[in-house]
Amino acid sequence: MTRLSPSELQKISKEVRKDIIQMIYKAGSGHPGGSLSSVEIMVALYFGILEEQDRFFLSNGHVCPALYAVMAQKGMIPKEKLSTYTEMGSPLQGHPERTKLKGIENTSGPLGLGLAQAAGYAVFAKDSYVYCETSDAEHNEGNHWEAVMFAAKYKINNLIQIVDRNRIQIEGTTEEIMPIGSLSEKYKAFDWDVAEINGHSFDEIFMAVEAVKKSRAKPNVIIANTTFGKDVSFMEDNPDWHARTPTEEEYTKAMEELK
Amino acid sequence: MKSMRDGFGESLLELGENNPDIVVLTADLAESTRVKDFAEKFPDRFFQVGVAEQGLVTIAAGMAAAGKIPFITSYAVFSPGRTWEQIKVTAALNDVPVKIIGAHAGFGASMYGATHESLEDIALMRVIPNMVVVSPCDFIEAKKATRAIAGNGKPTYLRLARQDSLVLTKSDDTFEIGKASILYEAKNPQVALIGTGPVLVEALEAAKQLEEGGLGAVVINLHTIKPIDEQTLIHFSKITGAVVTVEEHQIMGGMGSAVSEMLSKNFPVPMEFIGVKDSFGESAKNYNDLWKKFGLKKENIIEAVKKAILRRGS
Repeated sequence: MTRLSPSELQKISKEVRKDIIQMIYKAGSGHPGGSLSSVEIMVALYFGILEEQDRFFLSNGHVCPALYAVMAQKGMIPKEKLSTYTEMGSPLQGHPERTKLKGIENTSGPLGLGLAQAAGYAVFAKDSYVYCETSDAEHNEGNHWEAVMFAAKYKINNLIQIVDRNRIQIEGTTEEIMPIGSLSEKYKAFDWDVAEINGHSFDEIFMAVEAVKKSRAKPNVIIANTTFGKDVSFMEDNPDWHARTPTEEEYTKAMEELK
Repeated sequence: MKSMRDGFGESLLELGENNPDIVVLTADLAESTRVKDFAEKFPDRFFQVGVAEQGLVTIAAGMAAAGKIPFITSYAVFSPGRTWEQIKVTAALNDVPVKIIGAHAGFGASMYGATHESLEDIALMRVIPNMVVVSPCDFIEAKKATRAIAGNGKPTYLRLARQDSLVLTKSDDTFEIGKASILYEAKNPQVALIGTGPVLVEALEAAKQLEEGGLGAVVINLHTIKPIDEQTLIHFSKITGAVVTVEEHQIMGGMGSAVSEMLSKNFPVPMEFIGVKDSFGESAKNYNDLWKKFGLKKENIIEAVKKAILRRGS
């Protein structure tokens, strides 16, 4: 895939962030913190990584405003559809649904279910790469670790998991709620190949994916350290913004900061 | 005497030969759910996921999204018991053809006690949109049902008993998902006995005894609980004016509830329900002891028939 320059990708990311804030503000509902932290991951995937035969499974479906906005930037959804997010009858459901919107591989939202589906898919899609974004908090879920063990056992080397490690969940930090500790060490112990990167750096995301494609030894996880609420100062690292709608004043301030 | 799970296993093996998209996953129960032969014959299409039922469902959903037809096996108490939300979201809401095989349903695992007796699975599965619920009654029907659900393109629950049981159907009987079959019909039936699963044998015994006493019955095998065969059930409800349902499951939410929901709207008649009355099972030497204790036997059915007929009037 021919790649855009880093400055072009950054420009798209900024537009995506604005769309996220607008969608959530208009809908009066949504998850801004995680949506904002995962922007570069999804922009990198859709604008620099995914080939036609590849697939992307979003496991932490609550950050779908980011996905919808990226899909709109990519021309997969008409831009004007974004304003219908969460509206009755809209293909842009509050959590994404496979049967409602073309391009969605898996219905998601309930946590811990995405990696397993991506792994199951990848077993029978060996001529493609299957990417799966997960959140750090969903590593609390037992179902997720069942998939981690399955992928290692069957050496699903075309599976690339990207963890949005933003360190925040609904009621606090990931380390307060249920300490995750070193995800890298955990995944190594589970026999996965591991890379840890800055999840807002396009260079680092691309390099990590390239490295995976060269080795193809084991299932792969890229732990992308990110900032929850990235680029909106009052949302950054603040768990209150897991699922809060900005007030009019906050909306104006956020859009100002994203200019 | 043959078991439904053996019928399932044999049929699955045949399907494996003919359809390369059939894949099988189990949660550490290959032997007792009768998928071991498939595993040996088609090792590339068999996945042992470990004691991980949630993984079982969700991995299979991914495979189904990739165009495969996964059959996933565990005991019904664990899947769909433990895996309800995974089934709802990743199989049914995704609308992919995962085949959930719930083994040892009903009182079949009697020696293991209440934790292993699945008396709620029909209720759990039939309430989910897109889901097809099939509950065969014997070895032959389990074989046919396995074949039929492989090709229906929908998320589907197949309920299987553990024990060897009488074969009540014949090889040349037709089996169609959503079309109830008639196991026995007296000349002038006064009551419709609607049953599902191997406990239908008690309904047949009851019908025989009732007929000796001058009261004709029709015994309907409702092997598909969802979609429900409205036409057949309404027809016999009109003819008889009295219905008794028989199932090895909680009365609440089960097959009888499904029949009742449908008949109440279309052609209500006095109905009685044979099933488990809002209680847990317990350990016993065999399922039959529990059928007796929980009132699923011929005598209980006859009693219920009398009540229904009394309520109907002449």
